[in-house]
Amino acid sequence: MSGHSTYQPKTGIERWLDARLPIVRLMHDSAVSYPVPRNLNYLWTFGGILMFMLVAQIVTGIILVMHYTPHASMAFNSVEHIMRDVNYGWLLRYLHSNGASMFFVAVYIHIFRGLYYGSYKAPREVLWILGVVIFLLMMATAFMGYVLPWGQMSFWGATVITNLFSALPVIGETIVTFLWGGYSVDNPTLNRFFSLHYLLPFMIFGVVILHVWALHHVGQNNPTGVEVKNVAKDTVPFTPYATIKDLFGMVCFIFVFAYFVFYQPNFMGHADNYIPANPAATPAHIVPEWYFLPFYAILRAIPDKLGGVLAMGAAIVVLAFLPWIDTSKIKSMTYRPIARQFFWAFLVVCIALGYLGAMPAEGGYVIASQIFTVLYFGYFVALALIGIFERPRPLPASIADSVLENIKSGSGARLGAATASEPNAKG
Amino acid sequence: MIPFRLTIAAGLAVMALAGPAFGAGDRIKPPAETWSFSGPFGRFDQAQLQRGFKVVKEVCASCHSMNLIRFRNLSQPGGPGFTASQVAALAQTYQIKDGPNDAGEMFERPGRAADAFPAPFPNEQAARAASGGAFPPDLSVLAKARTYERGFPWFVFDIFTQYQEQGPDYITALLRGYTEPPAGHAPLLPGQYFNTYMPGHLIAMPQPLNDGQVEYPKGPDGKPQVPETVAQYAKDVSAFLVWTAEPHLEARKRIGMQVMLFLIIFAGLLYYTKKKVWSRLPEHASSH
Repeated sequence: MSGHSTYQPKTGIERWLDARLPIVRLMHDSAVSYPVPRNLNYLWTFGGILMFMLVAQIVTGIILVMHYTPHASMAFNSVEHIMRDVNYGWLLRYLHSNGASMFFVAVYIHIFRGLYYGSYKAPREVLWILGVVIFLLMMATAFMGYVLPWGQMSFWGATVITNLFSALPVIGETIVTFLWGGYSVDNPTLNRFFSLHYLLPFMIFGVVILHVWALHHVGQNNPTGVEVKNVAKDTVPFTPYATIKDLFGMVCFIFVFAYFVFYQPNFMGHADNYIPANPAATPAHIVPEWYFLPFYAILRAIPDKLGGVLAMGAAIVVLAFLPWIDTSKIKSMTYRPIARQFFWAFLVVCIALGYLGAMPAEGGYVIASQIFTVLYFGYFVALALIGIFERPRPLPASIADSVLENIKSGSGARLGAATASEPNAKG
Repeated sequence: MIPFRLTIAAGLAVMALAGPAFGAGDRIKPPAETWSFSGPFGRFDQAQLQRGFKVVKEVCASCHSMNLIRFRNLSQPGGPGFTASQVAALAQTYQIKDGPNDAGEMFERPGRAADAFPAPFPNEQAARAASGGAFPPDLSVLAKARTYERGFPWFVFDIFTQYQEQGPDYITALLRGYTEPPAGHAPLLPGQYFNTYMPGHLIAMPQPLNDGQVEYPKGPDGKPQVPETVAQYAKDVSAFLVWTAEPHLEARKRIGMQVMLFLIIFAGLLYYTKKKVWSRLPEHASSH
């Protein structure tokens, strides 16, 4: 899809620069003339939204660091200093903490969009794997960021999660000591988490560049899953079509983001994290942030510690192998009548696991977690099997054909209605 | 549809089973109070914050610290609305330890507006020694550090109703919730008190408030403007603690409304611009 560049340097300076460093050409080719399928729906705006969230997190984070003190005895109060005494510090801090949650809202929509429309299939395997890598880096970054306010949930969350590594045979204990910088979660742990929390977002940024590069090389998938055959008929230029659409989608997303920041800033946090960290008092329930809950439920579903850690790891890593697990050649679930039902079931399973992850690990909750853990992995087994016998619905011959079909059927009626009211509409 | 329906059914079954279990246990949900600062247009009631501060100063502060609050905060916008001279006069009534001076000695001086609200005990050990082994928590962010489980589906509704006053509701209920233990309850040990709303019901703080304990401002008829009762004290203290925990709440909600209005208008403009741009394509030409 990268294809021939249509960039025409107009001024002398542009020609001079283009012959030496074709950076304007690069920007033109990737953000102006880049062809996007004309049938993308609003789920495709979440890539742009995620890019915005990453930049927003980095910008607010850099300013927060100017006022934050990474020390076990001062971190909690320095966050409160930001909330009270720094000009608009409360806004920066709430933007950053809610921004992390909204980042995950967007990434989960982005991932499920990829799952539904088969965006992981050839030729997008590397693009997909890079996405899984970004997801893992995001989880590490978010986890370490949550430790920095050094409240009770920061401290005990860090203790529980770092302790998981001790389940690994032979090297486990060494890894944990290394993560802690000592023999318990303490000031050295806070210091190294702070350092890594500053580093990882830039690593995410690097992988995002690779992710976008791979995307622009193979081109975007689309709701039909049929590849672009004729650039002129099947695509529209990124600017103005995708630019304006993404911008509208982004502002709608920011509306939801702002609603939480200004009206429910602590909804997605834990009250316990407003109690300063106390190694001598364990909170009644140690619960991670909501975006980790499905994986936390899988971890606790397995009675064996090492088994739980491996199951949790496998639940994420299995995504990277999805391009080869799914045996169907058809990308979009729209044309896969059986697999589509399993997709929606999988979504329900993930939400149920998220709910169970917030519940205490006892009685019926554990049994339910075990059932849903089996169903979670069952989805991947199902995708491997369904592709063998499923009879897909007929695919449109091209993206342009599917768009024309839509005009004829569904939106055709709307077209007629609009035409009828035309005299009023036209001024 | 079979796998989908089955999973939906299983998911709903989990929620249904879990829902009641969530609220079970020995925690009784505190009643929801009405607060002037709730909702998108919420603002603090200055008179209430001033009364709440009076209760804190005369009652709570004898055991609880409030380390993050400085006297000057009491006169900043969006707070109890004391004047700068009132704050200076109040600060002067406290003796603050300062130093070392040029002779290398610590000394005491009258408080200034910039000083932090002095803690009743020099350290945690001293607080425990004086409080029967229990540590009275710092009050500064207490209203955000206390909550109760809302459970499914209430926590979903809370997004839209903007209910987030679990902390003050709980603190109010706790301050009013001292009773005799029910018949058959194990006898209380010295330093243990029974409270309806405390998780586990046993609390180390004796009932701190009694009717008529704190004198409230009088109206022109010589009677207190609000009742001098435990119920009223509890509410006023809780409101004050919400302000100490979230001193910029009013600015947050005010700016929030401006931001939301801007975003709605901006999104509307973008929507019609998008429609206009895309109407060049035949499949989107319906509106033109």
